[in-house]
Amino acid sequence: MSARSLSKGCFVFKPSPKKRKVSQTTVDYFREGSSDLEDSELRFATCQSLWKQVKSETQQIEEDLNKQLFDNLASFLRRCHSAFQEKTTEWTCRMKSREIPTAALVLGVNVTDHDFTFRSLSEFLQNSVTPYVALLEAKDCPGIKKLMQKLLGQLMNCCVDVDSSEEEDYEQVSRNRIRCSMTSLISWYESATKRTDSETPGKKRTSSRHCQSPPVVVIFKDMESFTTKVLQDFVVISSQHIGELPLVLIFGIATSPMIIHSLLPHSVSSLLCIELFQSLSCKDHLSTIIDKVLLTTQFPLKLSEKVLQVLINIFLYHDFSVQNFIKGFQLCIVEHFHSNPLSILCCQLEELKMRVNSLSHNQCENIRRLPSFRRYVESQVSEKQIALLTADSSLKETVQKLLEDLNVYHENYFPILRCLHVFTSFLPKYPLGKQIRELHCACLENRVWETEEYESSLQLARMLNKSDLETMLQKCVEILVSSPGKEFDEIVKKLKEFLTQFQKLEEVYQERDETISPQKELQKKTDLYHLQKTLLELKESRRSKKLTKFEMLRFEVVDHIDSLVRRYLVPADHKTLYEIVYFNTASVLREHLNAAPRIALHTALNNPYSYLKSEALKSDGGSISNKAPDICIAYKLHLECGRLINLVDWLEAFSTVVTAAEGPTADAASSDQVDDVIHARFIRAVSELELLGFIKPSKQKTDHVARLTWGGC
Amino acid sequence: MPNLEHPAYPPATLLCLENLVPCRESQVSMLLSVFGERQHLSFPSIFIYGHTSSGKTYVMKTLLNTLQLPHVFVNCVEYFTSRLLLEEILIQLQNCSSEGKQASHVPCDTFNDFVRLFKQSIVSQNLQDQTLYVVLDRAEQLREMEANILPAFLRLQELTDRNVTVILLSEIVWEMFRPNTGCFEPFILYFPDYSIGHLQKILSQNHPPEYSADFYSAYINILLGVFYMVCRDLRELQHLAALNFSKYCEPVVRREAKERDTRKLWKNIEPHLKKAIQTVYLREISSSQWERLQSEEGEPGQIKGLSAHAHVELPYYSKFLLIAAYLASYNPVRTDKRFFLKHHGKIRKTNFMKKHEKTSNHLLGPKPFPLDRLLAILCSIVDNRVAPTANIFSQITSLVTLQLLSVVGNNDQLDGPRYKCTVSLDFIRAIARTVNFDIIKYLYDFL
Repeated sequence: MSARSLSKGCFVFKPSPKKRKVSQTTVDYFREGSSDLEDSELRFATCQSLWKQVKSETQQIEEDLNKQLFDNLASFLRRCHSAFQEKTTEWTCRMKSREIPTAALVLGVNVTDHDFTFRSLSEFLQNSVTPYVALLEAKDCPGIKKLMQKLLGQLMNCCVDVDSSEEEDYEQVSRNRIRCSMTSLISWYESATKRTDSETPGKKRTSSRHCQSPPVVVIFKDMESFTTKVLQDFVVISSQHIGELPLVLIFGIATSPMIIHSLLPHSVSSLLCIELFQSLSCKDHLSTIIDKVLLTTQFPLKLSEKVLQVLINIFLYHDFSVQNFIKGFQLCIVEHFHSNPLSILCCQLEELKMRVNSLSHNQCENIRRLPSFRRYVESQVSEKQIALLTADSSLKETVQKLLEDLNVYHENYFPILRCLHVFTSFLPKYPLGKQIRELHCACLENRVWETEEYESSLQLARMLNKSDLETMLQKCVEILVSSPGKEFDEIVKKLKEFLTQFQKLEEVYQERDETISPQKELQKKTDLYHLQKTLLELKESRRSKKLTKFEMLRFEVVDHIDSLVRRYLVPADHKTLYEIVYFNTASVLREHLNAAPRIALHTALNNPYSYLKSEALKSDGGSISNKAPDICIAYKLHLECGRLINLVDWLEAFSTVVTAAEGPTADAASSDQVDDVIHARFIRAVSELELLGFIKPSKQKTDHVARLTWGGC
Repeated sequence: MPNLEHPAYPPATLLCLENLVPCRESQVSMLLSVFGERQHLSFPSIFIYGHTSSGKTYVMKTLLNTLQLPHVFVNCVEYFTSRLLLEEILIQLQNCSSEGKQASHVPCDTFNDFVRLFKQSIVSQNLQDQTLYVVLDRAEQLREMEANILPAFLRLQELTDRNVTVILLSEIVWEMFRPNTGCFEPFILYFPDYSIGHLQKILSQNHPPEYSADFYSAYINILLGVFYMVCRDLRELQHLAALNFSKYCEPVVRREAKERDTRKLWKNIEPHLKKAIQTVYLREISSSQWERLQSEEGEPGQIKGLSAHAHVELPYYSKFLLIAAYLASYNPVRTDKRFFLKHHGKIRKTNFMKKHEKTSNHLLGPKPFPLDRLLAILCSIVDNRVAPTANIFSQITSLVTLQLLSVVGNNDQLDGPRYKCTVSLDFIRAIARTVNFDIIKYLYDFL
């Protein structure tokens, strides 16, 4: 058992009871505290299955993204030792000092994601290159001795896994006594490879997968955290035995490969043969995830603009961690299904009809209470209004239709969004953002065509040249053709028409090209007067010039795109029943994912009502109530002090506040003598504050404590 | 040239030995005379030191192997604890004469046990009548082990009462070894660095079979001309020679030049070697990549070196945290008011500069600062309000694990931890540029 703690201390671990009396399942937790019990089990099941889908999808994406890197690594691993094994007799090989092949794997600063990457890497390597892979972490290896123990333990264990389990107990016994040295590792390696060799007839598959003498791969997960000495010693030791043990090192680097040179002196780094491998940047990774998970109709749950912004901000501002982003998305899913009873309708289209029909009366009432639905009802004629508000059956019918509409809206929304992104990503300075996620957020927030950025990007689009326009149109056609939306045939036809018109223009141009353009004339002029004259003429002509055919066409194209945007990129919250599929409570997410412990502590101590919810504590701000817990009183008093706090003054103020309610008579009795009980309460409050890290004893002045915090919070 | 002579060994063996250890004849003859004949008692302990790759290990190994003296050769880095070291010596001793038979493992925890077991195995191996040599390579590691190990090895002969000589090999001088309590003084022998002539001679000795010795020797001459200024490591030079030789031969293979056409060959290889200094010698690109480049006739610019990837991408707030840490590390505390307060009044540098602060803070290195100061600077340099969330605090810790910041002092972390910023000015300028922050304006040194 391990205890992670900020401070040193003694931790007691009680043995956990073997079995709880009532084992609560996750479903019960899910049901617990939810405002109404409507279909919570079904909601839970939907939530789980949705999360399962998302999880497998994201894992698939990650595998695909890592594939290139892993393949490169695998071929490096295969190559690096085979060269030596083949031509040991050659002169150059004899003369060259044998370096340890090393892969410097630069993974970026998102350390939380590395765990997953390394796990899949070691799995991948074990399946394709070598069964001997050891993963080392800096916190397990404070010294070379521990490192060797870890290394040997992992390697010899993996050998047990690969082979039959007969020898397992033998291995178990001997591991404790085994000498943690390179020689024992070498002898183990020899016996292991010999054994697999002799077993080859029985195990054809393994021998074909792994080469004759598979390399031993040692992965240092977090290169930065290893101490210099450990690394140096390990490299020096293993370089002595590189002839007998085909070792390959993989350095997992979070910052930059320069760290190798700063950790290892030249005498040690000259023993390594370092090749650089770089993983995909985490930003690209996130873009792919957003593109494949959020910008599709595949999953029924959608995120509103604010929620998405919270998740993206945490990613960009704080951790760069894709895993955390996915975790955040998982939280959205759970929270949505947990808090929203209507989320039961947030499912695939096939199940929708059944679920709508089985809605209870309560749920129907819930639907009627939705703001977007009320807006919808108000827009209907009065008979329809009455029917919707009174008859459940007609409501159900309408709801189903509306949800199907919503689905159609999404089917159209995403392809058109992509088309718009194709356009905006060509524009200089990207007025609507470089990434599609920014565009998506802008479209969700409000009517995008009413924003200034959209206006300016249209302006810019009207100045694009022909080849760019053509490539864009081509891309848009591809996007629309590949999308499942039904209404796109018309649009595709229109776009193709534009394309052919552009091609026709080209032919016309070639005919007209003979006439000398004024620009060419301009180049001929050398004297200043004539130049000025021609420039003025040019200006005149340009002002009065009629639009060319190309320009007309360009206007048409841009207008067409504009009309598409206005038609399809309506913000989701204008749609009826959007509450059912959009997760909207960003504040909950922020509270959970971007917690502010200092602010929470301050609120708790400054305004105990916010947590304790006791009416007596409800105060009107500034004054200090004596009903509050002692620590709150002490905290509030200490806020008024400077860097150093006089304990006597503090105690005086404390006792004044505490005894305030007892009136002036009690005060007179105990004039300047502080009650023992109050004194004790004060001491307890102060030591609690010290434990929380607000103050500490000071040696600068007697009877003073030092404040450790600054400002209000 | 002193010819090796010793009555105990046949001249043929000595000649062979001489050929194997060029440029180390005087040291070898000195050692031989110290060793004496096989059955003679030799000096109890010999300390050999010299710079990296001055042939200490190689000479010892060749000497002992060629003359077939009974010996045990242990690297102290590899056997990093005293127990491992002692056990390894015993194991090697048991395998000394009886090759192939795997010796059983004997636990040996203390030096006392070691002496007992050592005596036993000498008897069992029939080594009583000749000197046994125990060579401890990288002996400086012995200082890290228990205090009794080094003095005990120095007088192993006396402790075991057997004919044994301990030879310590190290790169540092004996004065750095001598324990406070005093010990038996070993016989000290110095291996001087190889001169350029020595290097030329040794490197030329192993010429490839396809080419003549003269041709290779000319190549080595060019190689040393380029590399001798930066590298005198024989091992490294040999490696570089092998790496670049194929390039040198290219004109000859293509029949554009003859083997004797030294000038033409020099013109061909010299820029190539210069490039090698900057890349492969510094391990900017690996030797195998270098070879691949050579065979593909590509420009070495195609593969970027390790230092070309110095850029680190950081989350937005991490960048500002790092900038704030840099400012806190290199600006005096007094000046914070001037940099980060809106209405600081006009304070000229000359006015508020104290005498001792005239030296550049960048020359003095980063100074530690408390967490509060870091957060205060962060709040004032970031445009929008920064809430002190858990993420901000964990980012500080991440920066520490990435070794961009370092924690100063190791006391309780609740009690106001102090940090230092460890990144360079160039690095922080690159970071600041990505967030459009003009860091130079905020640095006291550049005011």
